[in-house]
Amino acid sequence: MKTPYKRKVYWNEPTLTLWERAYLPEILRGLIITSRVFLRNMKKWMTGKKGALTTYYPEETRFDYAPLNRGKHVLTQRPDGKPQCIACNMCATVCPAKVIEIEAGFDPSDAAHPKYPIRFEIDYSRCVFCGLCVEACPEDAIRMAKETPGLPSDDRRQMWLTLDEMLTWQPQSDVAKPYPTAGARSAQGGAR
Amino acid sequence: MTQDLIVYLIFIAYGVGVLMTFGTLLTWVERKQAAVMSDRIGANRAYVRIPFTQFKLIWWGLFHGIADGIKMLVKEDFKPRTYDWYAYAVAPWVVFAPVLLVFGVIPFGGLLDPGRLFPSLAAWFGGRTYPMQIAQLDAGLLIVFAFSGMTIIGAMLAGWASANKFSLLGGLRAGSQMISYELVMGLTVLGLILIFGTVDLGSMVRQQSGTVLGFLPAWGVVYQPFAALLFMTAAIAENKRIPFDLPEAESELIAGYYTEYSAMKMGLFMFAEFIEIAIVGALFTTMFLGGYNLPYMNDSGLALPGGYAIAMSHGAVVVTQLVVFLVKVMIVCSFQILVRWTLPRFRYDQVLKFAWKFMLPLALANLCLTAVLVWSHQGAPL
Repeated sequence: MKTPYKRKVYWNEPTLTLWERAYLPEILRGLIITSRVFLRNMKKWMTGKKGALTTYYPEETRFDYAPLNRGKHVLTQRPDGKPQCIACNMCATVCPAKVIEIEAGFDPSDAAHPKYPIRFEIDYSRCVFCGLCVEACPEDAIRMAKETPGLPSDDRRQMWLTLDEMLTWQPQSDVAKPYPTAGARSAQGGAR
Repeated sequence: MTQDLIVYLIFIAYGVGVLMTFGTLLTWVERKQAAVMSDRIGANRAYVRIPFTQFKLIWWGLFHGIADGIKMLVKEDFKPRTYDWYAYAVAPWVVFAPVLLVFGVIPFGGLLDPGRLFPSLAAWFGGRTYPMQIAQLDAGLLIVFAFSGMTIIGAMLAGWASANKFSLLGGLRAGSQMISYELVMGLTVLGLILIFGTVDLGSMVRQQSGTVLGFLPAWGVVYQPFAALLFMTAAIAENKRIPFDLPEAESELIAGYYTEYSAMKMGLFMFAEFIEIAIVGALFTTMFLGGYNLPYMNDSGLALPGGYAIAMSHGAVVVTQLVVFLVKVMIVCSFQILVRWTLPRFRYDQVLKFAWKFMLPLALANLCLTAVLVWSHQGAPL
C-alpha cells in the first residue's frame, strides 16, 4: 500500500513566535519600514539632494569603475602621435560581433610600419565588450579604458566610434610598454 | 429641467475627467513611488518638446502615462484564433465599464447652490441646489457592489474566450478569488450600514460631518476601525493587486487572463485596474474617511472645537470640499501602492484560506459586535 505523503521537516525550518504568527503586526512593521524609506528619500529630493543610489546615466557617470573594467576602446599611439595599429585586421577577425571595420593605407615614408589604418571604426550599437580585440592585437594597439563610452543616442547610425575619437591615449609613462621618447627614437634610427 | 441637465452633465464630465486623470496619473505615481521606496530614481525619460524649439518639458517624467497610452494605441492588435471571438472582444469592456459606473453614486462634494455661486444666474436656477454626486440613489452601496461584481464576469470571460490554458487558469483564479473577497467586502460594510442606518452614500457622508466626543471627526474609521482594515484588505484582493495578484501571477501564468490580449485591449485591462485603485480610494474615503468633509468644517464654514467659527463663502466651501475629497482619495491610492510594493505574493491556497478562514469569521464577528452595540444604544446617539 502506498504510504501517504508526509511533509518533510527541514533542518532550517523557520520557527515563528506567536507575535510573528499573528501576521498583522509584522505586516505593519514592513509597511512602516518601506514608508520610512519613502519619506526619507522624499525629504532628500525635496531639499534638493539626491534620494537615490542609482546613477542618472548618461548625465551622471560613476566614479568607481573597477580598474580592469572593459569600457571604451582606445588606440595607443607612437611617440609621434600616429596610431600604433598596423591594420592587420586581427581584431576585426576575432570580433564575435563583427563590429570593427578597418581600412588599411600604405605609407612608404615610414619604413618600419608602412601599413597603417586610414579608417578604424567600431559600431558601439553592437559591441559586446568582450575584450577579444585587445587579446588578439599583436601590437598592443587597442586597449579598453575603464570609462564607459557615451553610448546613449537616438540614432544607431550615430553610434560608430571613429579613429580620432579613439586616439585619446596620452600616457606619460606606460607600465605595460615603455616608450622611447621621440628624440631617443630618432637617435636610435640614426645609429642604425 | 435644462438647469438640471447642464449641472449633471458638468458632474458627469467632472467624474469621468477625474477617473481618467487618476488612471493615467497612477501609472506614473506607482512607478515613481516604487522607485523612491527602493532608492531608485524611477520613470523620468519621457518628455514633450515644445515645437520649433529645443525646450523639453520633462516634469519628473509625468508624461510617461501619455507615452504608455500612445504605445498601447499604436501597437499591433494581435487576434488569437479563438472559438468565441465576440466574448474575447467584449471582455475588456465588461471589465472597464462597470469600474467607471461605480463612481456615479459616490459623492465628491457637498451641496452645490449654483445661484449663490454665480449670482447672475440666480434667477434662472431659482434656488435649486444639487448634492455633488452624479446619481443620488437610495441604493448607493448596493449599486457599488452590483457593478463591481460585474467585473468578475469580464475577467472570467477573458480567461475563457482566449483559448489559452494560462488564460483559463487565470480566469478561474480571478473568479474564485473575487467572489470570495466580494463576500468579505460586503460583510465589512454591513457594520457601517447598521451604524448609519442607510445604504445611500450621500447620506452616509453627511452623517460623518460632525464630531464624536467633541474632538474626533465622526468618520466611519472611528466607529469601525476594524472594518476599515478588513475592507481595505478585501478591496486590494478584489482589485487583484499584489499581494493578491494570483490571477495574473507572471511567474506562473504569464499574464493570467489577459495573456492573449495586446494593444489597447490589454491597455483597457490595465487602465481598469488603475481606475479601480482610484475607485477603491473613493469608496474608502466615502465610507471610512468622511468623504469630502474636512474635520470641523460644515457647509457654512469652519467650526473649530472650543466654539470658534470662521465663516466661508459658498464658492470657497465647494472648492475646499472638492479638493479635500481628491486629496483623501490620493492618500488612499498611495497607501495601496505602498502595500503593493511592500508585501510578497500569497500562494493560491493561502489566498482562499485567508478569505474564508480568517477574514470571513473576523468580518462576521465585527458585524455581530456592531449589531449588539447598535441594539444596546437603540435610540440614543452612539
